[in-house]
Amino acid sequence: MQPSNTYTIGFAAAVCVVCSIFVSGSAVALKDRQDQNKLLDKQKKVLAVAGLMEEGQKLSPEEIQGLFDTRIKARAVDMDTDKHSDAVDTATHDMRKAAKDPALSHEVEANACKVKRVANHTIVYHVVDEAGSVEQLILPIHGPGLWSTLYGFLALETDTTTIKGITFYEHAETPGLGGEVDNPKWKSRWPGRKAFDDKGNVAIKVIKGAAGDIKKAPHEVDGLSGATITGNGVTHTAHFWLGEDGFGPYLQNFKSGGAG
Amino acid sequence: MSAPRSGVLNKQQREALIDPLFNNNPIALQVLGICSALAVTTKMETALVMSAALTAVLIGSNVSVSLIRNYIPSSIRIVVQLTIIASLVIVTDQVLKAFLFDVSKQLSVFVGLIITNCIVMGRAEAYAMQNGPVLSFWDGLGNSLGYSLILVFVAFFRELFGSGSLLGIQLFELATEGGWYTPNGLMVLAPGAFFLIGFFIWGLRAWKPDQQEAY
Repeated sequence: MQPSNTYTIGFAAAVCVVCSIFVSGSAVALKDRQDQNKLLDKQKKVLAVAGLMEEGQKLSPEEIQGLFDTRIKARAVDMDTDKHSDAVDTATHDMRKAAKDPALSHEVEANACKVKRVANHTIVYHVVDEAGSVEQLILPIHGPGLWSTLYGFLALETDTTTIKGITFYEHAETPGLGGEVDNPKWKSRWPGRKAFDDKGNVAIKVIKGAAGDIKKAPHEVDGLSGATITGNGVTHTAHFWLGEDGFGPYLQNFKSGGAG
Repeated sequence: MSAPRSGVLNKQQREALIDPLFNNNPIALQVLGICSALAVTTKMETALVMSAALTAVLIGSNVSVSLIRNYIPSSIRIVVQLTIIASLVIVTDQVLKAFLFDVSKQLSVFVGLIITNCIVMGRAEAYAMQNGPVLSFWDGLGNSLGYSLILVFVAFFRELFGSGSLLGIQLFELATEGGWYTPNGLMVLAPGAFFLIGFFIWGLRAWKPDQQEAY
């Protein structure tokens, strides 16, 4: 059978219409659930990087929510004044969207991290103890890997230089190579290292090979074998977000008690 | 095959279901779909979810292609098959993201890569285009079971020897945690899966010599 061109084109169009209705229908129907999962996952990552729950520990959504509500305090930071701010709602403020909106963000100088715009307001998390005093600072960071942008958190102690942990909650690096940024073993190399050197410059760096123990190499972290570009990306990310255009001035304000 | 017996399935349907398990296994005999068999088999959980995802897609594509097989213009049949498969894969991915978020993160791109999994396309083109929807259903189920069989086999040994656990439950105490078992690093890496699939094919062909290739 040699069908006419009209039939062939009509058939192709019909298949496309049916398939696209099927796909978009399911995407719309499942969106709420997926968004909820994403939010929960982000809260879990914040709790994990703060050391309040173990990586991979099974907690019910209610437990996560509860822990998050009691121990984590979200604060908005004005990236211009580098102080805390109440101008945006921490629960609904979308940093990623804001960074794309010229009205809600500002351009930054060219940098190795390839960040072009930074949102005027960012959300950081304070880990508080039962009495309400701040134990750790959790900063949102993002930067380039090999294939994708890595989104994550960097946790610092209140001296603003000792690293408590790092985690990435969204990326699309090669599983087994760059994807190993998710590996708990690799992440366990971070706590205790110092983000800044004695002069106050950002010094933390992912190197090639093993970095050795913290006393000998306080500013170096083991590289991921087969993932040099992802490792360099993590270095650039840390340097940008701890630097002048990132949270550097805010951290100084926080340390001196002037963050508001 | 054994002589026809009375049962739920007739002989043809049973053959469509059973054949791909050992006689015509998509991975072991046809050596298709190796990519995901290497990638998602470090843990049983991901292997099982991946198997379920492939089963859903393969059955769905086989049945839908078979239903419209007499209307598909042959000049665009591959494109039509691919469109159907791609749609099913996207929906499967969405469902996983909504209901099994953690596992879907581990599977990352590999669910999406079912689109290019040769098994799905191969069955649509080789079987569903010639057979009715019921037979195609059983063929789809049989082939996905054949695929799942290998995945679970490989994942069983890789998780057991690579991480000392099964389905996340620690069976061997790891040396790093004060136990006696030093995990076999090879099992965690992709070559470990190559060896296991190789052993599986060796065993299968020793058992069924007619699958050996003639030289």
